[in-house]
Amino acid sequence: MSGIKDLRKIFGGGTSNLRQFSILFSLIFIIVLFQILTNGLTLETGNLINLVSQYSYILILAIGMVMLIIAGHIDLSVGSVAAFSGIVVASAMKYWDLPWPLAIVLGLVVGALIGAWQGFWVAYVGVPAFIVTLAGMLIFRGGNQFIGNANTIPVPDGFTSIGGGYLPEVGPDTGYNNLTLLLGLIVAVAIVIREFRARRVREQLGAEQIPLWVTLVKLVILVAVVIAASFTFAGGRVGTSFPISGIILGVLIVFYSFLTRNTIFGRHIYAVGGNRPAAKLSGVNSRRVDFLLMVNMGVLASLAGMIFVSRSVASGPQDGLNWELDAIAAVFIGGAAIFGGIGTVTGSIIGGLIMAVLNNGLQLLGIGIDRVQIIKGLVLLFAVAIDVYNKSQGRPSLIGLLTRRRKLDEGITEPPAVAPTTGSPADLTPSESTRQQ
Amino acid sequence: MPAVPPILEMRSITKEFPGVKALSNVSITVQTGEIHAICGENGAGKSTLMKVLSGVYPYGTYEGEIIFQNEEVRFSGIRASENAGIAIIHQELALIPHLSITENIFLGNEPGKYGVIDWKEAQLRARELLARVGLSDDPDTLVKNIGVGKQQLVEIAKALNKSVKLLILDEPTAALNSSDSQHLLDLILGLKGKGISSIMISHKLNEIEQIADSITILRDGKTIETLSVKAEGVNEDRIIRGMVGRNLESRFPDRTPKIGEVFFEVKNWTVQHPQVAERMVVKDSSFFVRRGEIVGFAGLMGAGRTEFAMSIFGRSYGNFVSGQIIKDGEEIQVRSVNEAIDHGLAYVSEDRKSLGLNLLDTIKRSVVSAKLKKISAGPVVNETKEYEAAESYRKELRVKAPSVEQGMATLSGGNQQKVVLAKWMFTDPDLLILDEPTRGIDVGAKYEIYGIIQRLAASGKGVIVISSELPELLGISDRIYTIFEGAITNDISAAQADPETVMKSMTSAKKKVQHA
Repeated sequence: MSGIKDLRKIFGGGTSNLRQFSILFSLIFIIVLFQILTNGLTLETGNLINLVSQYSYILILAIGMVMLIIAGHIDLSVGSVAAFSGIVVASAMKYWDLPWPLAIVLGLVVGALIGAWQGFWVAYVGVPAFIVTLAGMLIFRGGNQFIGNANTIPVPDGFTSIGGGYLPEVGPDTGYNNLTLLLGLIVAVAIVIREFRARRVREQLGAEQIPLWVTLVKLVILVAVVIAASFTFAGGRVGTSFPISGIILGVLIVFYSFLTRNTIFGRHIYAVGGNRPAAKLSGVNSRRVDFLLMVNMGVLASLAGMIFVSRSVASGPQDGLNWELDAIAAVFIGGAAIFGGIGTVTGSIIGGLIMAVLNNGLQLLGIGIDRVQIIKGLVLLFAVAIDVYNKSQGRPSLIGLLTRRRKLDEGITEPPAVAPTTGSPADLTPSESTRQQ
Repeated sequence: MPAVPPILEMRSITKEFPGVKALSNVSITVQTGEIHAICGENGAGKSTLMKVLSGVYPYGTYEGEIIFQNEEVRFSGIRASENAGIAIIHQELALIPHLSITENIFLGNEPGKYGVIDWKEAQLRARELLARVGLSDDPDTLVKNIGVGKQQLVEIAKALNKSVKLLILDEPTAALNSSDSQHLLDLILGLKGKGISSIMISHKLNEIEQIADSITILRDGKTIETLSVKAEGVNEDRIIRGMVGRNLESRFPDRTPKIGEVFFEVKNWTVQHPQVAERMVVKDSSFFVRRGEIVGFAGLMGAGRTEFAMSIFGRSYGNFVSGQIIKDGEEIQVRSVNEAIDHGLAYVSEDRKSLGLNLLDTIKRSVVSAKLKKISAGPVVNETKEYEAAESYRKELRVKAPSVEQGMATLSGGNQQKVVLAKWMFTDPDLLILDEPTRGIDVGAKYEIYGIIQRLAASGKGVIVISSELPELLGISDRIYTIFEGAITNDISAAQADPETVMKSMTSAKKKVQHA
């Protein structure tokens, strides 16, 4: 849903940057490519449902991961933490007969505690997150196998809805899933409202207004996509519709996009990642930011783990293996910078979707896991390489980091057009107006 | 016509970047064995010209020709110009802190065979080179353990190792204190005596006046004139006139101070070094500020000025030992930056890029970053208010940028500094501590910054200005405190302040502080 916002920007130009444009374009390209290669299988209802429920947990991890990466950290333990929470929750339901809604709460609390544990080391002791979470990766993987005796523990039916459930059938028999259609309608209306609200804000600020026809064309395209998608999801096999995990993901994307863009805490994340000493001298409690981000990552990892357990109806010792790599790849394909300060939730989601569609499409084509991995690796490498190349050419995106990284050879990368800004002779005049003060 | 041909002639150099002509038809002639200064404001094209000369912009990316030692040269890169005998020493040092002096001197140019370094040879040559630049340090010392002044000398030793004929120094004394600067200037003069010509870029006109033989002035990418220092009796005012295209009647805006009551006092302030417990960085120091007053803090580099200021600003430096802060007659607790901001304190750091701002931000986000609460409803930032606040400061401080959405990294130093000032003005402070507010900023922008400082004072705020440039302090302060080795040694009113008095107090402990 938030991805739509960027789509909007692209049409409008202006504030959109090259990076976001290129990754969204890549996503569309990959979807179209696989749609052709698989003879239309990619966008079939069953496959789309699969895609959403199979990758929602990676995308949830990517949300927490991008925030950590913006702040200049990383989390290697998310897969292990997910597995650990999964086994704790599964065991609690099996051995203590804990009702499943309470088990979910338990899982989130476990995630928060793990996050607090890792956050303590990162924020208050000052151990680099890379090391803390490398340790966590071992500790919680081992913890999972210790608690579960390296066995698989099944989970009860009710619990399976968060990962394997769908919007229920209600209302008259329309041949479609009514709730999914309703959801689509709500999203479409929300998009229209947002767009017009944005126009109004621009008007208030006296900023350059996007022509009305551009807005309308944009809205027609977006609404058409949303409606087509909702009919596709609603029109599948009876009993299936839009997955619950997809709804959880959607809510999280909206929430975290807002958090990172529009709240004080969000600003503090970027401030800490962009220049930590400067942020401290501006009154940002950087330790608190670090700590809360780690706690948040723990909660999201735990949620992802539970969704996975729910979908696979059991918790096992190999759950969440290599998830951290997928999540980190999604974040970097999505335009985040390895040294912090740059990245968006939306970008990371698009990055994650690129990996997901790629994975799914290659599997539909019957390509083995060996070659799928090779291709994914190359895509990650090339995606970031193109980004780096663009930056070195002084393209409009992300100019800021040029000066940060390349002090020594700044002559080559320095954007020259900005040099002669101070001190044109007219401004030096100690004119009457300035002298009066 | 001189008997010896010039070592360097750059003829009609034109360098264009997309949309901007950075250099247009610039010519410069450097005589053999002279120190040639290049002056101009930020953005006049000095650095671009030097980058053309040193091959950073290789042959083919510019128009015009370079004649070096009577031959036309076409450098393909820095390596090529170094091989020809041109070495450039950048403003920001290119030494690696964790390597030794020897390792740094020979970095990229290691003596030895088949990739195996001959360390004995390197050591011997390093000692020789260090002696030439007047450094007596052990060449095994890690570069991070020697001061900036000595690091600069190591840079020059590194250049000398490459049998340099023409040395280019870009703002060599920008980060040095006055004694280190003097040492460096003497060294450049000494090298001249040994036949090494130099090109020096500097904002410090007094230094140029002191050592340069001739001066080429650039303005807006064009050569304005070349002055011979001896022949024409060139002085600072003459240079400034060339740089800005007319006389700057005054380097400081006129002002009639309106000074009110004492409202801010620091008493018996003592701060411990963060690592070395026995060392007191600030010793039992007291000062006060009146409303509407501009108070200067003078002290040599390392005297503890910045540490003093930062320790007051929410204990951002060192370990607090003792002392009181009194504001409007009441003692206040300032244990964190947030408390400092809430009590109406603002600190503009001396190091803009690493402590003052986030270069990844836009102007808009920077302006509001120190007091987001002011434009937020609960946890949510109101972007309309943010835009309006930033826009009003952009206009008020005349930040040169098309919009507040502009990235900070694209602004010039002077404009970045204005945004940093805006950021702290936005917090509605009563007392602003400005640490080196005009460092690295050209003459015109300095004048504007002084104007802003004066306006702040006129609106009843107290302003503390910390500066290494004595003329600047004398020009804008109503009162000057001198600091020597972490202690305040004197309190001099503007009327009594002259360079000698201030300098004397900056360089010696005094028993009794007399308040003006």
